[in-house]
Amino acid sequence: MVDVDLAIDLAGVALPNPVMTASGCAAAGRELDQFFDVAELGAIVTKSIMLAPRSGRPTPRMAETPSGMLNSIGLQGPGIDAFLADDLPWLVDRGARPIVSIAGSAVGEFVELAGRVSASPGVTAIEVNISCPNVENRGLVFACDPGQASNVIGAVRREVPSDIPVFAKLSPDVTDIVSIAESVMDAGATGLSMINTLLGITIDPDTLRPTLGGVTGGLSGPAIRPVAVRCVWQVHAAMPDVPIIGIGGIRTGADAFEFLLAGASAVQVGTVTFHDPSAPMRVAAELAGELARRGFGKPAEVIGLAHQRRGEA
Amino acid sequence: MTVTHAVDAQAHSGPVQARAEVVSIASAGDYFRLVLAASGVAERVRAGQFAALAVGGPESAMLLRRAFSIYRADPGAETVEIVLAVHGKGTAWLADLRPGDLVDIVAPLGRPFALPDAPRPCVLVAGGYGSAPMFRLADRLRERGCAVHLVLGAATESRLFGVAEADRVADSIAVTTEDGSAGVTGRVTDVLPQLIRDARARAVYACGPMAMLRAVSAVATDLGADSQCAVEEAMACGVGVCMTCVLPVIGDDGFTRMVRSCVEGPVFSGDRVRWDAVGTIPEDTWGRGV
Repeated sequence: MVDVDLAIDLAGVALPNPVMTASGCAAAGRELDQFFDVAELGAIVTKSIMLAPRSGRPTPRMAETPSGMLNSIGLQGPGIDAFLADDLPWLVDRGARPIVSIAGSAVGEFVELAGRVSASPGVTAIEVNISCPNVENRGLVFACDPGQASNVIGAVRREVPSDIPVFAKLSPDVTDIVSIAESVMDAGATGLSMINTLLGITIDPDTLRPTLGGVTGGLSGPAIRPVAVRCVWQVHAAMPDVPIIGIGGIRTGADAFEFLLAGASAVQVGTVTFHDPSAPMRVAAELAGELARRGFGKPAEVIGLAHQRRGEA
Repeated sequence: MTVTHAVDAQAHSGPVQARAEVVSIASAGDYFRLVLAASGVAERVRAGQFAALAVGGPESAMLLRRAFSIYRADPGAETVEIVLAVHGKGTAWLADLRPGDLVDIVAPLGRPFALPDAPRPCVLVAGGYGSAPMFRLADRLRERGCAVHLVLGAATESRLFGVAEADRVADSIAVTTEDGSAGVTGRVTDVLPQLIRDARARAVYACGPMAMLRAVSAVATDLGADSQCAVEEAMACGVGVCMTCVLPVIGDDGFTRMVRSCVEGPVFSGDRVRWDAVGTIPEDTWGRGV
């Protein structure tokens, strides 16, 4: 077995490994620090923060589905003031690399959030959540429209210093994810985080009504992994130089390895953290094993490898 | 045998994740008692805390943890015991476990019951297997010189848990069933007011379904008693990261917030929970209206 060095360069940012938490599945890192050292993980992606405190959607907020779950949290959070005063400094002091997820309902909100976050010390990158499905108006899912997606990302990019990468988080609930990806890259995104949850509904056979208080929810977990791998595959095929963070149902190092083969440069572990709070660091360790067993010395050697014809490389 | 007082006083903080081995599983009425061996867990447990179990094994298609009040914890044997009811596929999987099987446990979780500084009469009220944490709590209270009055209620006799053990831990016991199959016919709140008055109790502890907690909290407040209620809210993670197990609770500043029952709870002051609004976001909730 070869020695594996998991360290990566993601759009100019050095990370000790390519594994991160996924936004909304790790709060702001503190709770998971009881189970693994958050400073050892590639990055901690925080729950999407908005300008104002937000109480979210009514309960029930989750429903278990085969190899997955629906959630309708509705972006509950403390607002940017409390986040910058409390959560972000804790992550920075702790030695973690914070990637701050921001969410807004108008371009101006994203811009203000981006400005305040990037002016705070210790931010590794910004992830722009233009794809949360748990909003009242589907028209507010910016990532479903190339023009709207481009407007948000362009405005954020102009606000954020060039040494802070800006990742656009995309929704799979679109006809052509490549066109959305191209529009946000043209608008100045550094890279892409994909995918967010898929919109779903479950109905309770006893109450005869939708299970979730918010009626619709976002589907996540291993059930969506092939959809996520497909999205990464399509975008990497169209834009092989674009850094992609692969997200969707990663449970093991083998799953993370699959995303790298499809074209992702890094990965995020989300819903499986609810099942196993140690999962992010476990996935990193298992990924090293997957690479070593096949004779690869570092993650960069396998990014997009599955796109090569058989017999190549 | 449960643990000594010294352990609670010196309890370690924070949960442990472990691969627990099933020591035993036995039916008890409509429930199952599951004893798990897991090092490092038992000595940390305080009354009212819970365990979150993964179900279905390593390749499970059921991703969400199931949360259970901790019934017993034995640091000497390094075991914890929970009581479970079969509600669906996940709990059915747990009920089918056999000695030697492995199950992933995260415990102890949540804020425990607060114990009084001085001896005082206490009334403990449990609905169904909500009695599970009450035996440990009763032991702790009696160690502090408190008189313990225990009320166990359920729809029917087979859904009571721990009646036979109640004599050991309590100074008085009342049992209610809605169908009259055991004890007084009715609900716990039918006997509770008189009991609180007779005991001159100013502290009520409760665990059980939301509707029962709401009713118990109202009775306690009416009679000038404090109530601590352990809620049974559905959770996905149990550790504070998923934000699914929230309920509206009034803070020290008077504002209502949607708080996590897994880390801010499961024990809440009964007069702080907006019981009538559970399942909704009240209009005046902090952060509502955006």
